Amino acid sequence: MTQTTPEPQVRRQRAQVKVRTFRTDRWWLAPLLTFLGLASFLVYGVWAVFDPSIYIEPYIAPFSSPCLAEATCPEGARLFGWAPIGDWYTLPAGLLILGLPGGFRLTCYYYRKSYYRSFWLSPPACAVQEPHGKYTGETRFPLIIQNIHRYFFYGAIVIGAVLTYDAILALIHKPLGVGTWILLINAALIVAYTLSCHSCRHITAGRLNHFSRHPVRYRAWTFISKLNAKHQPLAWASMFSVMGADFYVRLVAKGIINFPYA
Amino acid sequence: MEIERHEYDVVVIGAGGAGLRAAIEARQQGKRTAIVCKSLFGKAHTVMAEGGAAAAMGNVNSDDNWMVHFRDTMRGGKFLNNWRMAELHAKEAPDRVWELEAWGALFDRTKDGKISQRNFGGHEYPRLAHVGDRTGLELIRTLQQRVVALQQEDYETHGDYEAYIKVFAECTVTRLLKDGDAISGAFGYWRETGNLVLFDAPAVVLATGGIGKSYVVTSNSWEYTGDGHALALLAGAKLINMEFIQFHPTGMVWPPSVRGILVTESVRGDGGVLRNSLGERFMFNYIPEVFKDKYATTEEEGDRWYTDQANNRRPPELLPRDEVARAINSEVKAGRGSPQGGVFLDVSTRLPAAEIIKRLPSMHHQFKELADVDITTEPMQVGPTCHYIMGGVEVDADTGAAAVPGLFAAGEVSGGMHGSNRLGGNSLSDLLVFGRRAGAGASAYVDSLPSRPAVSQESVDSARAEALAPLERSGENPYEVHAELQRTMNDLVGIIRKASEISEALEVVEKLKERVHLVGAAGGRIYNPGWHLALDLRNMLLVSECVAKAALLREESRGGHTRDDFPGMNPEWRRKLLVCSATEDGSAVTVEEKIQPGMREDLLALFEVSELKKYLTDEELS
Amino acid sequence: MSYKAKFKVWRGEGGEGKLEDFTVEVNEGEVVLDIIHRLQATQAPDLAVRWNCKAGKCGSCSMEINGKPRLGCMTRMSTFTEDETITVTPMRTFPVIKDLVCDVSFNYQKAREVPSFTPPADVRPGEYRMKQIDVERSQEFRKCIECFMCNNVCHVIRDHEENKPAFSGPRFLMRIAELDMHPYDVADRKESAQKDHGLGYCNITKCCTEVCPEHIKITDNALIPMKERVVDRKYDPLVWLGSKIFRRPSS
Repeated sequence: MTQTTPEPQVRRQRAQVKVRTFRTDRWWLAPLLTFLGLASFLVYGVWAVFDPSIYIEPYIAPFSSPCLAEATCPEGARLFGWAPIGDWYTLPAGLLILGLPGGFRLTCYYYRKSYYRSFWLSPPACAVQEPHGKYTGETRFPLIIQNIHRYFFYGAIVIGAVLTYDAILALIHKPLGVGTWILLINAALIVAYTLSCHSCRHITAGRLNHFSRHPVRYRAWTFISKLNAKHQPLAWASMFSVMGADFYVRLVAKGIINFPYA
Repeated sequence: MEIERHEYDVVVIGAGGAGLRAAIEARQQGKRTAIVCKSLFGKAHTVMAEGGAAAAMGNVNSDDNWMVHFRDTMRGGKFLNNWRMAELHAKEAPDRVWELEAWGALFDRTKDGKISQRNFGGHEYPRLAHVGDRTGLELIRTLQQRVVALQQEDYETHGDYEAYIKVFAECTVTRLLKDGDAISGAFGYWRETGNLVLFDAPAVVLATGGIGKSYVVTSNSWEYTGDGHALALLAGAKLINMEFIQFHPTGMVWPPSVRGILVTESVRGDGGVLRNSLGERFMFNYIPEVFKDKYATTEEEGDRWYTDQANNRRPPELLPRDEVARAINSEVKAGRGSPQGGVFLDVSTRLPAAEIIKRLPSMHHQFKELADVDITTEPMQVGPTCHYIMGGVEVDADTGAAAVPGLFAAGEVSGGMHGSNRLGGNSLSDLLVFGRRAGAGASAYVDSLPSRPAVSQESVDSARAEALAPLERSGENPYEVHAELQRTMNDLVGIIRKASEISEALEVVEKLKERVHLVGAAGGRIYNPGWHLALDLRNMLLVSECVAKAALLREESRGGHTRDDFPGMNPEWRRKLLVCSATEDGSAVTVEEKIQPGMREDLLALFEVSELKKYLTDEELS
Repeated sequence: MSYKAKFKVWRGEGGEGKLEDFTVEVNEGEVVLDIIHRLQATQAPDLAVRWNCKAGKCGSCSMEINGKPRLGCMTRMSTFTEDETITVTPMRTFPVIKDLVCDVSFNYQKAREVPSFTPPADVRPGEYRMKQIDVERSQEFRKCIECFMCNNVCHVIRDHEENKPAFSGPRFLMRIAELDMHPYDVADRKESAQKDHGLGYCNITKCCTEVCPEHIKITDNALIPMKERVVDRKYDPLVWLGSKIFRRPSS
């Protein structure tokens, strides 16, 4: 094709707007509340790991379960009475397993959104300019590690099973205990949160292109997809429930809460 | 200022379904092709089509075939259709739809994995390939992505995406240029910059859509200013059937800003019913004689049809669009309308809420967002809206060629295919079938040329002067002229017409033609909407004059043309087409009668004689 | 029931410009685009705005209203109070041509870089057989009206112009997901989603989903599943090990 004049060279640049955003609503409120929520969880978590009151018959604090260290786990707290880590290990038992649920939440697609927004302000809210000069997202180390989320998911399934087992033990031994029911609710929320994970959705059938050839997996995917739509509320509910249950057990273990059906 | 100049084999004006299909065909035939469109690529009015594309694939009912589709089309158009076009359309539509699937379209499916088909007004069997109620979007996106796929092929072989097919988006063509009798190019301007542009090309395919913006209440977007109709007229081509305008029966009537926007016919196809302010399903009172044996006469039978179509006749809500539009018009005039001047269209009492949301998602969305009405709990208010013009450039059925050598037309801008009234769903298939044929026709024409026609400097100079004129005047605001034209056409050449009113409209148009020479556009050339409108006004006025003049001449009522003073259909008039032509400067429009050729024997044999008697003269029948 | 509303509208050509004040009549049932049109017809005939269908189906009238990316035709005036000043600006991520009209050619370039639908060579038109449940995921993405507000709001390019060459934006990552989930598409799109289109830049902060006028769950249904599909290919140790041992050539 012949063309006698070049494309018009109008100076093309974006609107030179000086303000960060023209939003008039309280866009800062959501990241602020998220920050406070997540920060309280972190603070509590650090305290809980080093707090020794992890067990009182028949309750075990969820942050320290499964309890695997010989030195720091009371007899009844051990999973099936089993403590594979010898007495050379004297640090808190919770540290051993914390990586699994911690890593699961840290790499969770919802939590990523919430802390990128509220801690790293990248971005603080939609259409609000972020304060960073450069951005590479999850393309390089360390954030590229976020891609291992599914392996934490496998681990989290185990943790969910252990917490369910703990709650059932409590139900057998103390069916009318307030703690039993707190642990049961917590286990249910943790399992629901774990199953609602995006990786889980992918593994059930998301990776397939022909649902019709895998009817069972498709049904599982449909179910997980419904849970997945509630991933955010489940993330918060299970975070507060695990924190609440853990705190409750420790208070009972310390004797601060002390009544027959505690 | 220098004018940007491009050389192509085929220039397609318009990037809706027909334009893109034509361009794809031209490029597939190895022609260097330009697509020129007023909006961004992929925004054309085709996205608004909701119902589906009619194609007798027989996926849902295996009794369906091209002959049934042909019959339905001819009946819908009251036998005024160009029968050859109707034949080609019915035969080729399935291939065109299947082709889209191979280009990535994802239609809704039947249980056995084929393309699902839905019922629609005037179609005997479920026939419309669809995707929910956003079929037009699927169609335009698929064609858009096909263009991109071809560009990627060209990039592989030539290292340039735009080597063989280029989109000139937001670019308006204001004149076709000729060398003697034949097309030699097109002249226009970039909307963004106001810079002028010249296309040197031996073949031009018009695919500019309709004329709705000459009316106040319309489902059409701002682009529908009759550009292609006017360009063809000014280049010496002829328009036919301009008196036939389809008023879609169900447009939104409230809020005022969205008045006219479409409520898809699928609402009725899926069970929605029309009621007046007394709560009556009034359509049962409006079944015309010719359709008496095809439609249910009781509500019970109509309701049974939705689940058992073999043993019941369809409800009269599914009569052809012109019948429904007139019925609504009559109800409103008789004082049985809804508060905002329409009638009620109710689906909320007919289907469970979840089903409504599943089947009519974009209608649910549209009413919720635009009118704050939840269609799962309350009825919609609807009324007729100017929707489609059956008339357009007179073309050869097989190639889409107009009377001017090198000029082709496809889609809404061409005339004949739909006769006096178009069936819903026949538009999308029309775009595909005749878009492809026009693209192929243009390619073959280019191949047959001994030498390229030349663009003369005088024609460029006069086109340039014409385009820049409004900028150099500081006259009347073009919006005022436009508003008056819209009111005039809406009130005086609307659904129901009479001689005295049409004559009055013609007087107004005459005065507006004077005023349009005086309108000015304040501001510069960069994206100046006032200037753009001033230029579009020429086209709207020309087309309006054709519509009004043809409407005055045709002394009968048929399809999209209803004369209060001549209420019946007249077989004598069926044989006649009204042909519009204009002088080169567009100052005068003339309309002449022309006898249309009789239908081929084998096609005629597809109908019962008793049915033909309703439409044809005794002379034709013998 | 009409009132006078206060508007601030960005006016200017090619990036230079400022907010201009207008007082304009508003009637019941109107949307922001109606008001812009009223300004055109009464006070500023050369005010540039792109629009088309006025029914939220074509995606032309994308703009930012009180700082939020919105379609002008789908933003009802009744969502604002009568004494509120309404600020209307062009999309921030794309260069401005004039007033509210942006140069969105970035999007068309990116569209071209996504390899088209690639069916198997031996399936002819008319032979396609697909179950409804197999096409539903891609159908959701095909609801996209290409308003480009997701690409506009995405901070990866909104706040970092320099990322534009490496990142195709939610719209086209979703297009890749649409094709990758298509039952008949045989092209391998996972590697290129990561390498050529910058899927890794997405930090799933979900603004694309928040602004989508078609309510497509872009992040949950397209971007995250696509990230997971990339993990299958690139970060699954079993697959990685297998490819090392058996030396499968990467395609």
